[in-house]
Amino acid sequence: MKKNNFKKKTLKEILMANNILKFIKENRRLDGRGFLDYRDLRIDTGVIKKAYGSARVELGDTIVIVGVQFELGTPFPDSPDKGILLTEGEVLPTASFSAEAGPPSEEEIEISRVVDRSIRESEMVDLSRLVIKPGESVLKMFIDFNIFNDDGNIIDAAVIGVVSALLTGEMPDPEYVREHLEELPPNNLTSVPRIPIPTQDFPIANTIALIDNKFIVDPTFAEEMVSEARITITHTVNNEICAIQLIQGGLGYEQVFEVLNISLDKSIEIRNRIRELLGLGGD
Amino acid sequence: MSNKKGKKKKESNEEKEEEFIRIDGRKPDEMRPYKIRAHILRNADGSAEIRLGGNWIIAAVYGPKEHFPKFEISQDKAILNCRYHMTPYSTTERKSPKPSRREIELSKVIKNALEQAVVLEEFPEMSIDVYMEVAQAEGSTRVASVTAAAVALADAGIPMRDLVVGCSAGKVNGHIILDVGEEEDKEGEADLPIAIMPNLRKVVLLQMDGKLTHEEFKEAFDLALKGAMELYEEQVRALTTILKDMEIIEEGVKDEKE
Repeated sequence: MKKNNFKKKTLKEILMANNILKFIKENRRLDGRGFLDYRDLRIDTGVIKKAYGSARVELGDTIVIVGVQFELGTPFPDSPDKGILLTEGEVLPTASFSAEAGPPSEEEIEISRVVDRSIRESEMVDLSRLVIKPGESVLKMFIDFNIFNDDGNIIDAAVIGVVSALLTGEMPDPEYVREHLEELPPNNLTSVPRIPIPTQDFPIANTIALIDNKFIVDPTFAEEMVSEARITITHTVNNEICAIQLIQGGLGYEQVFEVLNISLDKSIEIRNRIRELLGLGGD
Repeated sequence: MSNKKGKKKKESNEEKEEEFIRIDGRKPDEMRPYKIRAHILRNADGSAEIRLGGNWIIAAVYGPKEHFPKFEISQDKAILNCRYHMTPYSTTERKSPKPSRREIELSKVIKNALEQAVVLEEFPEMSIDVYMEVAQAEGSTRVASVTAAAVALADAGIPMRDLVVGCSAGKVNGHIILDVGEEEDKEGEADLPIAIMPNLRKVVLLQMDGKLTHEEFKEAFDLALKGAMELYEEQVRALTTILKDMEIIEEGVKDEKE
């Protein structure tokens, strides 16, 4: 059984927690934001030259780097006509005083799996376009994200990073691979011409925290520490829900629908903000 | 009178023809057969088993007990350790006994659910261990596990604010369905496992994957709530059964004294 990661609370944290609660009671946030405001968002894409797609995202002081890579592989027996997609992430020891090197904690595994579900269940990547020979050979797509600095709301920032890397990234042209399979050096796709990654959706994850019975979006690290409940909801470009994870605490039945509505509004807002930042035309 | 009856019958037949019949012959809002038994392991402080269709899960609780190692001790409340684990023979293809990332994630969300109910403040510096072993898996194991674990905690006599009971809903071939089976989980469009504290009306486990519109979510959520309330009755029945058994034992002791 994984050991519990109990942090000793420092005086600074206790004071911070008290301040956050005091401010929320007065309908304010410590950093001056409204309850339903996101922090400043900054996205740089193509930051890792060795990856097929990459992005560096800053959401306030939370920093995520995402890289996309490809390998040749065999498809799963139950889906011979689909490529393979794997999203995994880690919180690096650089991220905060509580982050540790070594095997991932249960919180990290949860984050990683929620980001994976957001991308997978939205069917953002058209996996049928990753097939080289059905049942035999497909492209395996690895999406890896790392948290370099954790100031809360890792999941939203990671999903923003992943979609930015996918929307601007490339992949080896499967048709070229199919035609030149014998000539290619084993497990080396670098010589293969590239095409844009075939995307067909634009998922956005929104995390909402409950503090003093009020809902706030985009919680900071300190806000997460004092929150009574926290939930992440991912919406597709067609405003369908494609992933939900109650990460912490509990919600009343009516509150579930309240957070769904907040997250839908916020998903539209953040999606438009990413489009602007990446210079993509709205549709 | 007989005329009326005939008409009624005809109407319900027509409804049935329109109704979506599921892969295992169930109606969309029908649970699989279920049975919960409490107090099934002699050594554990509390235990329970649940059968839900082909699912068979055994839960055991040890504690509250002194927590070890010391540096992890929580000063103001007990630590709840939870392990959701699938046995190698629980699935058609052998599952490695090593906990997978999926099992670690589910252990974490189940722990969060149970933490909302257990009065951990009663036992500072202690820990309570909850083990859920899936002997056979057939879809919706996490909600069945949390349901059995809550009964095991109650059986251990650990103070709780409410029971925790879980149920799943999903979407298969465009229909919203209750209590997602194994095939439906694989083939279906969405899966929504929830767990609630039924008297406090709180959702304590909520996950979803697949695609649902907001309207479909509402329908699925309401259906899962209905299923959970049905299983709650079974939890209460299982717990009152063992209470009755214990009374019988106590009465037996009294008789001997007299």
